[in-house]
Amino acid sequence: MGETQQKGGYIGQAWLVIVLGLLYGGVLAGVQTTLSGRAADNKKDETYSVIPSLVRGADETKTIELMVEGKNGKEARIYRAIGADASHKGWVVSAGGQGFADRIELLIGLDPALTTLTGLYVLEQKETPALGDRITEAGFRDRFSGKPADQSIVMVKSEPKAENEVRALTGATISSESVSAIVNDALANLREPIGRRAHSAAPGEASRETTG
Amino acid sequence: MAREEPTALERFINGVLPENPIYRQLLGMCPVLAVTSAMKPAMTMAGATAFVLICANIVISLMRSLLKPHLRILVFTLTIATFVTIADKFLAAYVYEMSKQLGPYVPLIIVNCLIISRCEICASKQSVGVAAADAVGMSLGFALALASIATVREILGSGMWFGLRVLPGSWPGWGIMVLPPGAFLSLGLLLGAAEWVSRKRARTNLWRTVRMLWSWRR
Repeated sequence: MGETQQKGGYIGQAWLVIVLGLLYGGVLAGVQTTLSGRAADNKKDETYSVIPSLVRGADETKTIELMVEGKNGKEARIYRAIGADASHKGWVVSAGGQGFADRIELLIGLDPALTTLTGLYVLEQKETPALGDRITEAGFRDRFSGKPADQSIVMVKSEPKAENEVRALTGATISSESVSAIVNDALANLREPIGRRAHSAAPGEASRETTG
Repeated sequence: MAREEPTALERFINGVLPENPIYRQLLGMCPVLAVTSAMKPAMTMAGATAFVLICANIVISLMRSLLKPHLRILVFTLTIATFVTIADKFLAAYVYEMSKQLGPYVPLIIVNCLIISRCEICASKQSVGVAAADAVGMSLGFALALASIATVREILGSGMWFGLRVLPGSWPGWGIMVLPPGAFLSLGLLLGAAEWVSRKRARTNLWRTVRMLWSWRR
């Protein structure tokens, strides 16, 4: 190390790494700024396309996107699912949290009264291939359908005995528990604000058909 | 006497077959096993890897005189990670379905030994032209190898190639071929075949040399 310091010190040795770090950081910021809008649009399109599978009878084109303030003071994105006959079919909540490897983003389907989960969709994840990434499979997601939305979901490793229990994936306990934690947190945070919205359509609410 | 470095043409040719990254060097096994169930994901992975390898090789070659020996791996990793992130963001923006299908395997290009080994062996020692030719050759070799495995798996597994039906509808589809065991079986058999061809060629060359020496002695 003494020899390293003699040849110009730490800055003299690491200047290239520092310059590259700044340069690459700038390039990535530019790429992110340029492409993030398009990536977000792709995610939005996917969200709208799966809403009919999360809330039975919902019409993708009549879905209304809303922002509500959760109990934690942060804004959250929710969707009012409307049927072709203009009746209210349910809600879809967009929620995210830390998984085993990276952030997991979910879409949670709820009935109009906010008492039952009607579906679950994994919008984004980078869990371990062949283990944790099985949270995206219908076989796991369907385990949440019909579960009570007014109780905390509990992951179990055996056959569920209670109404609010869901069987975890074998070999992917942390990913499974991450999903249930995201669902529980989102519902605890947003049930009341959504309930307040249930009886009133706020000014400015518009379906995708009209907002484009 | 210092060994002479290969020329750009030699680097290019070596990358395609004689030093094929998969069949001869056994590098990048993770994507080989994970994304070769069909041609579309395999070719997307090959394209993303080619972009990262070519860009990384060129950038490293341009700054080769500035590299400090004890910091070179850090510089390689920093450069590779930057281009992998660009490829990942690009796929998420323009090929969204494929980006979702490939999942974590695109970010995992960062740890593909093929790329860092080319930075170390070629780009950090030779000119930009040679480094670029090396990267193109290796990328082509990598793509050919992925394509060969994906072709076997997709055709036998589903009777299709690039999503188009090539076997009659009566083909039962060997489901195991698109599952992980199919990747190991295909890779093992194709590696064995490549080794057999290579040894046969070496034996033929040996006999030719022996005969030549014998005729020269007489």
